[in-house]
Amino acid sequence: MKDKEQINLKFQKNKELTEKLVNIGNNVIAQLKEFQNPAVNIPVRTLSNVYFDDKARSLRLGNATSERSYFNLSQAKSFMQTMLVASKLREVIERGSAVGLRQLFYLSKGGIPGTKENTFDLQKECDPIVEDIEGVLKCLREEMGVEAERKGILCGELKLLDTGDEIDCSQLGSSGYGIPSIVEKGTIDFTDCKAESILVVEKAQTWSTLNHDKFWKKNKCLILTGKGQPARGDRRMLARLHRELDLPVYIFTDMDIWGYYIYSVYKQGSINLAHFSANAAVPDAKFLGFKMSDVDKYKIPKEHLIPMNKGDYKRIEEISNYDWFKEKKEWQKEFKELIKFSNKIEQDALVGKGLDFMSKTYLPEKIQNRDWIE
Amino acid sequence: MVDKSVADDLADKHKSISITEFFEKNRHLLGFDSKLKSMLTCVKEAVDNSLDACEENASELKKRKKEFELPEILVRVDLVGGEVYKIIVEDNGPGISPTVIANVFGKMLYGSKFHRLKQGRGQQGIGIHAAILYGQLTTGKPARIISRTAKDKPAQLIELLIDIKNNQAKIVKNEEYAKFSKDTGTRVEVTLEGSYRGTGDKSIYEYLRRTSISNPHAKITFIDPEGKMTVFKRATETLPAETKEIKPHPWGLELGVLTRMIEDTKKNSIQSFLTEELSKVGVLNAKQILEKAKIDPKRRPDTIKTEEAVELIKELQKADLQRPPTDCLSPVGDGAIQKSLKSEYHPEYIVATTRPPNVYRGYPFQIEAALAYGGDIPENGAQVLRVANKVPLLYESGACSITISVSEMDWKRYGIPKNSGSAVPNAPIIIFVHMCSIWVPFTSESKAAIANYPIIIKEIKLALQECARQLGVFIKRKMKIKRDAQRVNTFIKYGDVLAGALAVLSRKDEKDMKKMMNEVLEKKYGDVMKKKEEIMKEEAKAPAKKIVEEDKSDEE
Repeated sequence: MKDKEQINLKFQKNKELTEKLVNIGNNVIAQLKEFQNPAVNIPVRTLSNVYFDDKARSLRLGNATSERSYFNLSQAKSFMQTMLVASKLREVIERGSAVGLRQLFYLSKGGIPGTKENTFDLQKECDPIVEDIEGVLKCLREEMGVEAERKGILCGELKLLDTGDEIDCSQLGSSGYGIPSIVEKGTIDFTDCKAESILVVEKAQTWSTLNHDKFWKKNKCLILTGKGQPARGDRRMLARLHRELDLPVYIFTDMDIWGYYIYSVYKQGSINLAHFSANAAVPDAKFLGFKMSDVDKYKIPKEHLIPMNKGDYKRIEEISNYDWFKEKKEWQKEFKELIKFSNKIEQDALVGKGLDFMSKTYLPEKIQNRDWIE
Repeated sequence: MVDKSVADDLADKHKSISITEFFEKNRHLLGFDSKLKSMLTCVKEAVDNSLDACEENASELKKRKKEFELPEILVRVDLVGGEVYKIIVEDNGPGISPTVIANVFGKMLYGSKFHRLKQGRGQQGIGIHAAILYGQLTTGKPARIISRTAKDKPAQLIELLIDIKNNQAKIVKNEEYAKFSKDTGTRVEVTLEGSYRGTGDKSIYEYLRRTSISNPHAKITFIDPEGKMTVFKRATETLPAETKEIKPHPWGLELGVLTRMIEDTKKNSIQSFLTEELSKVGVLNAKQILEKAKIDPKRRPDTIKTEEAVELIKELQKADLQRPPTDCLSPVGDGAIQKSLKSEYHPEYIVATTRPPNVYRGYPFQIEAALAYGGDIPENGAQVLRVANKVPLLYESGACSITISVSEMDWKRYGIPKNSGSAVPNAPIIIFVHMCSIWVPFTSESKAAIANYPIIIKEIKLALQECARQLGVFIKRKMKIKRDAQRVNTFIKYGDVLAGALAVLSRKDEKDMKKMMNEVLEKKYGDVMKKKEEIMKEEAKAPAKKIVEEDKSDEE
């Protein structure tokens, strides 16, 4: 019964997307028949068009669009490419099985008659066009059946249905559950969960150590890592777990600006995928560490500090000025102290305090004492 | 009679061996330093003489309201055997009277051109004598001269060797010659050791080609050692204005010339010498100059001592005088240059200019320049054609004012690309520069490069800038049409793929989509595409764009 419902849902969604795509084409044809310069308006995906939504507490894409038209020397090729990829997306949706971004690139790559030129030469030309179309249709490429590279892993007492197969995330040994690119309802459904919170860690090695120590069992939590900056699927998975199962989210990263920003992406979204934040942000996520106040508290030996470089300082300057950090006193204090401290600390450095220090002492104490930054 | 000093004695001895030795030791100065160059020099001397003779003859006949012919010159190079060639140059000039042939061809430094302040080609070389001597020294063969001075007289054939010791001709044959085909004219044949090259910057072919460009009123026929004939046709039927002889202007006078003039003059006083044998010196000027030089105006010229002449020349050069007359110059004329460059290079665009005369060191001179662009000229085939008094310069380009001016010009300002490292623009361009003057300042005796006087370089640059400005406008216009066409080409190029994508995207028939696309392109950009097609056609035909004006020098 449930399966049928899901298929129906997916069918509806596909029909809606196909209609939107057909409309793009019809508009262009209509403009051409009027001898006008055909154009599509593409949402701008840069910082200038991204704002922090105070109510939703996450990033949103503004209304700014840029026009892409055909009879414009610098835009003719990208206009043609946009229509070409749109036509391929229509075929992908109709076929119903997912393709990777690289496969979509090959589907769209072809010669241009009468020249030695190709429609596309590199995948990195094609990927942004897919994102443009996501913006125009106001949908996610996953919804159109385009998968991104998968990255993240998950473990803990969670049972789920993955394209019909039952998975128990506490029974997957040292490897864990590889989070797929498409994690929408109908593809992934949660069936049972005993965990009471989710711990997100920056690095795969930290995840492995905690899994090995069965941290998830002792602390009744799920452990997820996106291996650095998370893929879309990882973020969407975290958001669904948080929203649908009401699990609080704690995030643990390196003590450096890059780790802080990984936290920020999980929490409020990224600039380039601001249109995705509504589905994937976790505004209630809490930052456990590693943070400046931990340095003295846990007496990290001097030898385990890494001096900051120019790029680190520059990125602190940029991030501390983002709207969603500007108003937060605690974070501004953290940035200031970090600049003064002028060193970085990796998660891995905690083994210096003992191999099970992280799972036995540091993390439980932090959660117990509510020692986090919002 | 005064007793000869020892020094005078030595000087006489020196003189008696000087001509052969001078030649032997200074071959390079005279243009006979390599076998290749020797051939070219020989052709050059003979052709220059012929052109000067033909022109003077035609001008003279025209003055007498008689019928005249434009110069027609035949050059033939025959391989005699090994490295021995026979060079034959024949013209339709006035011919040379048999009584003076021996002196004209057999005696070094004989001729009418020396000490004359008049624009002429002959100033360029040491003369045909050197070529004959070179032939004699390398092959032992006499020079053959056939000349006919009137239609009703037979031609005379003279074979002569040069008696080096006495600097005079030794005639070995002198007879009537019945087979001469022209009414009047001269034919010179010199057999010499040489080396022949068919093409290239320093070839006889290139020299004649450039001579033809610089002398569009002359017809030049060339037959190479393989018997291949090339005719450089006339680009104009107009005889250039006759060049006038002028008296030396004080600003350009050198001590040697002045002292010789003072020795030769028949005037009774130094004052009347100054006013009558120099140009632009009035009585008042002369009095002031002589007062400053502390010379009594009534002194007889032959009493002036060398120290006094030195003072005099200083004052002459400083004197506040009118500029020298400029009516003594005969430029090719921009219309004629355009015509000849057009017929020789088939460019797409051509522009020429003639600057007003100017003066360097007292000598009037005038610069003409032309730029031929595109068409049959290869993309990176930029060439500089240097010409002095209508004679092409092929050697020592690096030292020449023309080369320097071309290299220093800011071509990019006019939309003509040039790498900073290269001497010429990186463009399909022929740069023609002609300097005419009663006295072209050469850097050395070989007379292949124009000396670097700032005023000359300035004039050359001004002429080139005038041309480049016009060419720049043409290039920009053409570039704009090309850019427009390129833009439209982009829209055409992606049109098919776009039509195909729209067909898939909106479930339409692909043929309909393509048809629609073509209609839109035709309606929006049909005119641009037409213009582009015209340009492509033009480029295929490569006609000259600028309307060539007739040379008006004949109508005066």
